[in-house]
Amino acid sequence: MQLDDKRSMWDKLHLDLPLLLALFTLMAASLAIVYSASGQDSAMMIRHATRMAGAIIGMFVLAQLSPATLKRLVFPLYCAGLLMLVGVLIFGVSSKGAQRWLDLGVTRFQPSELMKIAVPMMVAWYIGRNHLPPKAVHLVVGFAIVMIPTLLIKEQPDLGTSILIASSGVFVLFLSGLSWRLIGFLSALVALAAWPFWHYGMHDYQKQRVLTLFNPESDPLGSGYHIIQSKIAIGSGGIEGKGWLQGTQSQLEFLPERHTDFIFSVLSEEFGLFGVCLLLCMYLFIVGRGLYIAVNAQDAFGKLLAGALTLTFFVYVFVNIGMVSGLLPVVGVPLPLISYGGTSMVTLMAGFGIIMSIATDKRMLLK
Amino acid sequence: MRKHRPTIRDHSAEANLFARRAFVGFVFVTILVAVLLSNLYTIQVDDHQDYQTRSNDNRIKVIPIAPNRGLIYDRNGVLLAENKPVYNLEVIPEEVDDLDASLSALTQFIDISDQQKSDFIDDIKHNRRFKSQVLKARLTELEVARFSVNQHKFPGFSIEARLARYYPYADTLTHALGYVAKLNKKELAKLESEDQGTNYRATHDIGKLGIEKYYEQLLHGQVGSQRVEVNNRGRVIRTLSMTPPQPGHDLVLTLDIGLQQIAQHAFKDMRGAVVVMDAKDGGVLALYSNPSYDPNLFVHGISSKNYKALLNPDRPLINRTTQGRYAPASTVKPHLAILALEEGLVTEHTTIWDPGFFQIPNVDHKWRDWKRWGHGHVDVYKAIEESCDTYFYDTAYRLGITKISDFMAQFGFGDLTGIDIHEETTAILPSKEWKEARFKESWWRGDTISVGIGQGYWTATPMQIANALNILVNKGINRPPHLVQVAKQENQVVQINNEEKPPVILKDPNHWQIALDAMHNTVTKVTGTAHKAFRGVSYDPAGKTGTAQLVSIAQGERYDAKSLKERHRDNAIYVGFAPYDDPQIVVSIVVENTGGGSTVGAPIARQLMDYYFSANPINIAQNEAP
Repeated sequence: MQLDDKRSMWDKLHLDLPLLLALFTLMAASLAIVYSASGQDSAMMIRHATRMAGAIIGMFVLAQLSPATLKRLVFPLYCAGLLMLVGVLIFGVSSKGAQRWLDLGVTRFQPSELMKIAVPMMVAWYIGRNHLPPKAVHLVVGFAIVMIPTLLIKEQPDLGTSILIASSGVFVLFLSGLSWRLIGFLSALVALAAWPFWHYGMHDYQKQRVLTLFNPESDPLGSGYHIIQSKIAIGSGGIEGKGWLQGTQSQLEFLPERHTDFIFSVLSEEFGLFGVCLLLCMYLFIVGRGLYIAVNAQDAFGKLLAGALTLTFFVYVFVNIGMVSGLLPVVGVPLPLISYGGTSMVTLMAGFGIIMSIATDKRMLLK
Repeated sequence: MRKHRPTIRDHSAEANLFARRAFVGFVFVTILVAVLLSNLYTIQVDDHQDYQTRSNDNRIKVIPIAPNRGLIYDRNGVLLAENKPVYNLEVIPEEVDDLDASLSALTQFIDISDQQKSDFIDDIKHNRRFKSQVLKARLTELEVARFSVNQHKFPGFSIEARLARYYPYADTLTHALGYVAKLNKKELAKLESEDQGTNYRATHDIGKLGIEKYYEQLLHGQVGSQRVEVNNRGRVIRTLSMTPPQPGHDLVLTLDIGLQQIAQHAFKDMRGAVVVMDAKDGGVLALYSNPSYDPNLFVHGISSKNYKALLNPDRPLINRTTQGRYAPASTVKPHLAILALEEGLVTEHTTIWDPGFFQIPNVDHKWRDWKRWGHGHVDVYKAIEESCDTYFYDTAYRLGITKISDFMAQFGFGDLTGIDIHEETTAILPSKEWKEARFKESWWRGDTISVGIGQGYWTATPMQIANALNILVNKGINRPPHLVQVAKQENQVVQINNEEKPPVILKDPNHWQIALDAMHNTVTKVTGTAHKAFRGVSYDPAGKTGTAQLVSIAQGERYDAKSLKERHRDNAIYVGFAPYDDPQIVVSIVVENTGGGSTVGAPIARQLMDYYFSANPINIAQNEAP
């Protein structure tokens, strides 16, 4: 009886305990690594912890909204997001050569973050309304829903976010049962489109990042510096790592962007392959749990959305680790739940809030 | 059937489809995790060693520490070359609150020119703000004191000391000691080719001349190092380990600073050179070339004005003791006398008639004796005592150039003495082959005649002349000249320069004594050419005067100093040793364009010997550096 009571308590709170524990474990690790990466900066730690608390509250709030409510909100949310993206391109505030911010007077807001949630939600809602697998016409509309914000964000330019948003939408389509033949055809098309994209669609700094990826030593002081220093940090960590706060690459500031995009290198340097394996296990567990929730979701919307959000979460992991370890070009994608920075943390936790809402929604109906 | 009710969803089929897709998704995720892991495994395990090294290369820098240069002492332990701190005013820009205000406030205590200020501003613009920059180099002690009292008002400003060479005796020892000055690119390239580049990483100065150059390796020492951890901007975070540098060897010279000072005082403004050798071991007691110059000028970089001043016609930069080529003149007559005795041309008792000139049979040309009316009957003793030219014209004519040349070569003429400084010339010992090579002309009989009195083509350095005499007074034992006695490092003392060269062996060793006796007579007999100069000394000297003619006097004309240009007047030469029965020192003196070995050369030799043999060496005030 007690066991039932306990379960019902987490259900009442609309929280999924295994997922929650995994997320809290990563956040705790994040605090420790950011403390080290920031050069033991307590003020930064406190800021980070505060944002974390905010993100957890956000997750909790979103978890309370039922999927039905979300469905009602999705269309206005998506449209508002699109309008703001256009607004960013026209009125946006520039920072570091990219126009990503909308100045709301009180605070700056990044509409692309909203779209990370709104796009998969919109596609899931649209595809989920109809039978699975979707028909061709639905697919075309679904693609349009994904590609419009993707292209707008790419124009900012923010390649990392546009990739994440495109993949979140594509995951919905994939999970909805897009035929393998079509997947094969589209992949071929993407491969063919890559050439004109390289020549006309990419900015010089983006091309440089890609070129650097294949030969970082060609420009050791310029764009290759980040990757070289990052690989040195990772490689010198070895199996056991140099120990917490003992990473020379990070503590002596050879590693760029240590507490944000390159925080994985700090972790690898200080905790070694051992720490890396633990981290990847945690991520794999979260992905597994998310997909489990998706499979057990009540309706197509819930399944598609939970599945897409989960897979997108993994895209963060793969792109970030891939880029800092030299497998992928450097695009600005943080390591989810570990990197310092409020925005991505809030967006991710919002996503998990929705997943938890979907997870607990089913159980409520079963009662 | 389904076709007819398309609006009804098959939830379980959709759920199955989704579950399959989700599973495929998870498989993909797992594969990608495996890809990441295998790449990380390669980096962290396979290539770990490589990245570990590169990580250490990033953070560990080795800062070299210059060794202290060895000191140089004279034979009595007087310090001749020392390392003195020079004080630089340095600034760490990032520690200064208001640079402009500090700079203008500083002028109360230290003079800073606009040039220094603008150079400094330029320096800080081009360097990291935590790196110390020199604002003013070589502060005076007064400036150091004034600044030190007020240092608290200037955060970020500090006085840094570096050791630099200082020569307390200034121009008294320049040609022996040489000097150090700033290491240049060419020298650095040479050091690198000798694998010494690392050793000089922190070294500021290098020996450029004299002993400082010759013994550079011993004096320099071994570089030390400090391993430090730096951050990405090169700032030192902490010291990891330290290997102290090994100071260079201290050198103890054979020189006696007292003798050196006597030599300098004796020369006044005359040009010339003195070499005093220890007859027992070949150690050089004095090596002085006049005019000299202050080597301290070179240590901190000589100004072009000062350098131009050194390029005057008196040529102070030349080390006349080893680079000056002078006709050895009559100082080689004792050696030639020995050769004549050895060859049996004369005996101890053979006399010749000197009418005041020598003529080759059937030739009109007269080779004149310095004494126009001649010395009358002359034997070998009288020939040396009175420096009879005719006797040696005849001797040389009968010996022929080849015998003279071969014999004199054994006394080191025409060759480097091997003294331990690099500034040395071989001068010229003439021979048939030499003339052939030099002038493409064969040797004339007449060429030999003036060689008999140490003139003609024959030139020698004062060092060679001293060395040749040293071999003579030691009856053939050849202990070549050297300046450094021992090298000391901590408790370890290394004797250097104590090897002998092959001796000169005579068929009849009694011939040595004939030459030595004659040289003794030169001083003791009233008719001897050096008698006057040494009257009343407490020791027993011997010697030989010489006067080298620089321009040939036309047949039938007389030498008249007044009618000749100063630079064409005769050189005065004197060689001597003492005591006669057991020689302890050998002296060789050349004074340019003053004429009269007996009137100018011998008195200088007497001053040196007086000092050497006096129980209480004359106390001469040390040259205080400016």
